[in-house]
Amino acid sequence: MEPTTSDDVRSVSAEQFHSSLRGRRLIGNAAVVLFFLSTLVGLATLAALIIDILIDGLPWIDWDFLSTYPSRRPADAGLRSALFGTLWVGGLTALFTFPIGTATAIYLEEYAPRNKLTQLIEVNISNLAGVPSIVYGLLGLAVFVFLLGMGRVIIAGALTLTLLVLPLLIVAGREAIRAVPDSYRQGSLALGATRWQTVRHVILPSALPGILTGTILAMSRAIGEAAPLLAISGLVFVTFTPGHPFERFTVLPIQIFNWVSRPQLDWQHVTAAAIIILLLVLLSMNSIAILLRDRFQRRSEE
Amino acid sequence: MGGYERGNFNSRLILMGHSYARGPSANWEGLHSLTEASFTAPRVSREDLEKRLLSGSRAERGTETAIHLLLLGATVISIATTLGIVFVLVNESFRFFQDVSIIEFLTGTVWTPRFQPSLFGVLPLVAGTVLVATIAILVAAPVGLFTAIFLSEYAPDRFRRIVKPMLEILAGIPTVVYGYFALTFVTPLLQQYIFPDMIIFNALSAGLVMGVMIIPIVSSLTEDAMLAVPRSLREAAYALGATRFEVATRVVTPAALSGIVAAIILGLSRAIGETMLVTIAAGATPRLTIDPRESIQTMTAYIVQVGFGETPQGTTIYYTIFAVALLLFVMTLAMNILGQWVVRRWRQAY
Repeated sequence: MEPTTSDDVRSVSAEQFHSSLRGRRLIGNAAVVLFFLSTLVGLATLAALIIDILIDGLPWIDWDFLSTYPSRRPADAGLRSALFGTLWVGGLTALFTFPIGTATAIYLEEYAPRNKLTQLIEVNISNLAGVPSIVYGLLGLAVFVFLLGMGRVIIAGALTLTLLVLPLLIVAGREAIRAVPDSYRQGSLALGATRWQTVRHVILPSALPGILTGTILAMSRAIGEAAPLLAISGLVFVTFTPGHPFERFTVLPIQIFNWVSRPQLDWQHVTAAAIIILLLVLLSMNSIAILLRDRFQRRSEE
Repeated sequence: MGGYERGNFNSRLILMGHSYARGPSANWEGLHSLTEASFTAPRVSREDLEKRLLSGSRAERGTETAIHLLLLGATVISIATTLGIVFVLVNESFRFFQDVSIIEFLTGTVWTPRFQPSLFGVLPLVAGTVLVATIAILVAAPVGLFTAIFLSEYAPDRFRRIVKPMLEILAGIPTVVYGYFALTFVTPLLQQYIFPDMIIFNALSAGLVMGVMIIPIVSSLTEDAMLAVPRSLREAAYALGATRFEVATRVVTPAALSGIVAAIILGLSRAIGETMLVTIAAGATPRLTIDPRESIQTMTAYIVQVGFGETPQGTTIYYTIFAVALLLFVMTLAMNILGQWVVRRWRQAY
């Protein structure tokens, strides 16, 4: 606020003050309406998006849609290979991300010395979280697909997504570990436990729900990603169920991308139906994460 | 902790102490002899005692070192990722720059790598990226800021508890879904009511939808900054007779300014790196334009276009995507560092 001299204050009469106060309140009230409407912009768009997709896609969903392979005709197109691909890629990503992310979080919270190098690692991780996902795709393409000669297969996709979501899990894991009260550590150490025994038997059990929540959130990020996997797998037409991690694959977001730009109206229905399935998968994963978090919070309050 | 957990915890402690279980009982004699020792001649030397105490933990120290190295190894993966990204992008771009000069790449205004004559001026892609990101931030900055002000200064607690998770859903929706929404809902809407002759793929609807997508990033970072403003500042302003609006706009907003600026910069960086939404809805026409109704191509959309075409490794076109990605990486990294710097440099310490 502008500094007010005492002369200014004296020169304002009661009447002037009240009339200006009315104006100030009017501006205030108008602004509240503006602020409130702005809050509604996000919510209204969310509602429009969901309703639009439900109207377009809901009538199209049936068992055949889930259990058949993609087709050149919209009426026959199904999600089977994309669902299995997502399951494979998501599962493997979680399998890789959980131990690496947890270990990094433990190291940074419990072991790392407070020095420049640790600081550098921390800055590095927060910058990795800001790298566009397509760049990870190119990293995976150059390293996993070509350099290591894996080819455009499931495992290359899963490893790429692991690098992509690792920063998320590290941050979530560190928060969960930091939330463990120091008295637990001190109690364990005072009993003569070593550092690892303290981590393994005291800190991990109580930080685990937070770490698991982070893992699920990281996994749901991985499942929604299309760009890095497009660089790995290409727009491939998969009409088989992948049986091992060294097969070609497609995932739900890639299948959606594949269908979305086809001009015929029927493809729009197919796309919307696939989006509903993708959102359902994500919704159920997030619900599990929220349930875990609730359980976690209730327990730590006891 | 529940009873079960506590029992578990105890049993773990007991398990954990198994190496000590023989410790105290075995050392009891030693301790006993130590107390005796103060009265009589020492029967156990100090070295002997230390050796006995430490012998049980030698194996443990081996485990400790191994675990330490293992954890360090996991941490190194993050460093290796960064090095890997930089190495891959620089290395492959280097091969591209053997065919095309950096000057031509950075200053050329025509991008036609797939046609004859092949021209590799990246500016049309940069312009497309900046155009969409600008539209997005013009939506997300004011809306995100106002949302944050409403949630932190006005909204009752219950409203905030319901609305915040709903806004966070916006950030969790896959970007292909936003692409579908922009293409099949927003574009027809704009064509029907505002720009009847606008073509299907355009920068405007992609930018608008992207703006909504990054609202939660801007609003939640801004709200964090506002909540960090101490209550005493607000109370002082109220005590001087300020209205709620004046407190929000002239006290809280300036005090949280560094956080707000950082939020906008990070939102912008996210908009620049966003891929699927613009690939689906903004078109595939590299064009140097500021007209948002036109079809354009962003840097990310170009990478996808060439990437999913399964371009054979080793061709110039294959290397273009790395050169474009390197530029994209540098741009987003610069913005992220700038954002962090703004927070550190301009943060008011209370």
